[in-house]
Amino acid sequence: MKKLINDPQDAVRESLAGLALAHADILKVCLDPVYVVRADAPVAGKTGIVSGGGSGHEPLHTGFVGKGMLDAACPGQVFTSPTPDQIEAATRAVDGGAGVLHIVKNYTGDIMNFEMAAELCQADGIEVRVVVISDDVAVEDSLYTAGRRGVGTTVLAEKLCGAAAERGYDLARVQALCRRINANGRSMGMALTSCTVPAAGKPTFELGENEMEMGIGIHGEPGRERMPLLPAAELTERMAATVLADLPFRSGDQVIAMVNGMGGTPLMELYLIYAELERVLRGRGIRVERRLVGNYITSLDMAGCSTTLLKADDEMLSLWDDPVLTPGLRWGI
Amino acid sequence: MAVGKQEVLNWLGALQQVYAGNRQWLTELDSAIGDADHGINMDRGFTAVKAELAAQAPADIAAVFRSVATTLIRHVGGSAGPLYGTFFLRAAAACGGKTEIAAADVVTLFQTGIEGIGQRGKAAAGDKTMLDALLPALDAMREALAGGGSLSAILDQGAAAAKAGMLATIPMQARKGRASYLGARSIGHQDPGATSSYLLLQAAADTWRA
Repeated sequence: MKKLINDPQDAVRESLAGLALAHADILKVCLDPVYVVRADAPVAGKTGIVSGGGSGHEPLHTGFVGKGMLDAACPGQVFTSPTPDQIEAATRAVDGGAGVLHIVKNYTGDIMNFEMAAELCQADGIEVRVVVISDDVAVEDSLYTAGRRGVGTTVLAEKLCGAAAERGYDLARVQALCRRINANGRSMGMALTSCTVPAAGKPTFELGENEMEMGIGIHGEPGRERMPLLPAAELTERMAATVLADLPFRSGDQVIAMVNGMGGTPLMELYLIYAELERVLRGRGIRVERRLVGNYITSLDMAGCSTTLLKADDEMLSLWDDPVLTPGLRWGI
Repeated sequence: MAVGKQEVLNWLGALQQVYAGNRQWLTELDSAIGDADHGINMDRGFTAVKAELAAQAPADIAAVFRSVATTLIRHVGGSAGPLYGTFFLRAAAACGGKTEIAAADVVTLFQTGIEGIGQRGKAAAGDKTMLDALLPALDAMREALAGGGSLSAILDQGAAAAKAGMLATIPMQARKGRASYLGARSIGHQDPGATSSYLLLQAAADTWRA
């Protein structure tokens, strides 16, 4: 394992110390328990937005704390859910009297820890509502799985719900928006390499020189299908076709599109994939109204990418353009 | 033998060593069908349990289990934290006010704890989870208790059933947790949660031997 770390056990905390130093104007890092909160929290009268999950997906979630996006984020250990005490403390810190929305990615551990935290907050009179993001088309949603994983749509949901809360939407309205985003967003990922969890010290799985893993998750958990590596054009067509067929997206739909890097793929390749994606979408009569290309929800040092499409209404497009000031996303300010 | 506070502390001390010693194995099992952190998390959790118990010196058995529960919930994360945390929280309730627990109480402790795991995780037998080790273990312990077995015999039979249950997860297809995302590809791998649950019971059998 070659990583820019000291003791693997300290990597998450030491990285948060750097985040705090680099972005002191935007956020604060609290250490006992660990959470990241916007510098001016709580904002009186504003619906609070809290998310969180395992570390290793940066900039998600800690890098999305700031005006116009998250009020707080709770980072767990690498690929491990945060604990209820962190989530409870973060929720208290951002409650401006209008209640707090928890945006939770659909993983068994995240669900259980956020559930326990919400019970603790509600017992203390803080109104908490929850939306679970479950947009990964690689996983069959059935009674026989834990349900679809939450991946790329989480980034879009945090931006749009953050903007809505900033505009003054109440908790119920932000929750309804978040549900609509989840219902209309779909993602699919693929990997060229595994990733290496610092505390594990070696790659989570092995991929051959000419192999790729389709339907990969964001934790190095193997996907559903291992296959020979395809050229970018065919690869993108295959990924897009799965995403498009699932909602399904139809000719005339307007979308927000994201091509996301898994952490170890150069931007040069991500833009190349994005061009292929626009070509595929244009061929299907789908209009890309807004787009995001870069590393937003990563899997440590994994090479690969994911594609997210959100069928967007005019309200979502307008919220997308609102100002945002976070370490990972900023415009309009 | 009856189990007092010191015996409970001995079991928890043994668990710290067991999870430290099996850290790599549990993490390797989790690499195959999960996210490669189960051994790391269990080791971190029970190392924290050991430190907290030394610092707090809880008064009775229930207080010891409550301390273990809150420490695991705070330090383990993932799904193992809330699940094992709930196990010990329920175990604390089952031991309320007792300074010594007899064989029947030990079975009740495991029963309430295991039911807590079932409620928190909403899993059922055959889903390829901790419960596939714990539910057969509970059945075996109840049967041994009804047959008038000693505490050692009860725990030995529980641990043996947990081990068989753990091995029986290998051909199962996961229906809960991250392994379920793999569909049929989860078949052929031993479940890491069932494995850590077997270790929990085996350590009780090894520690509470008359």
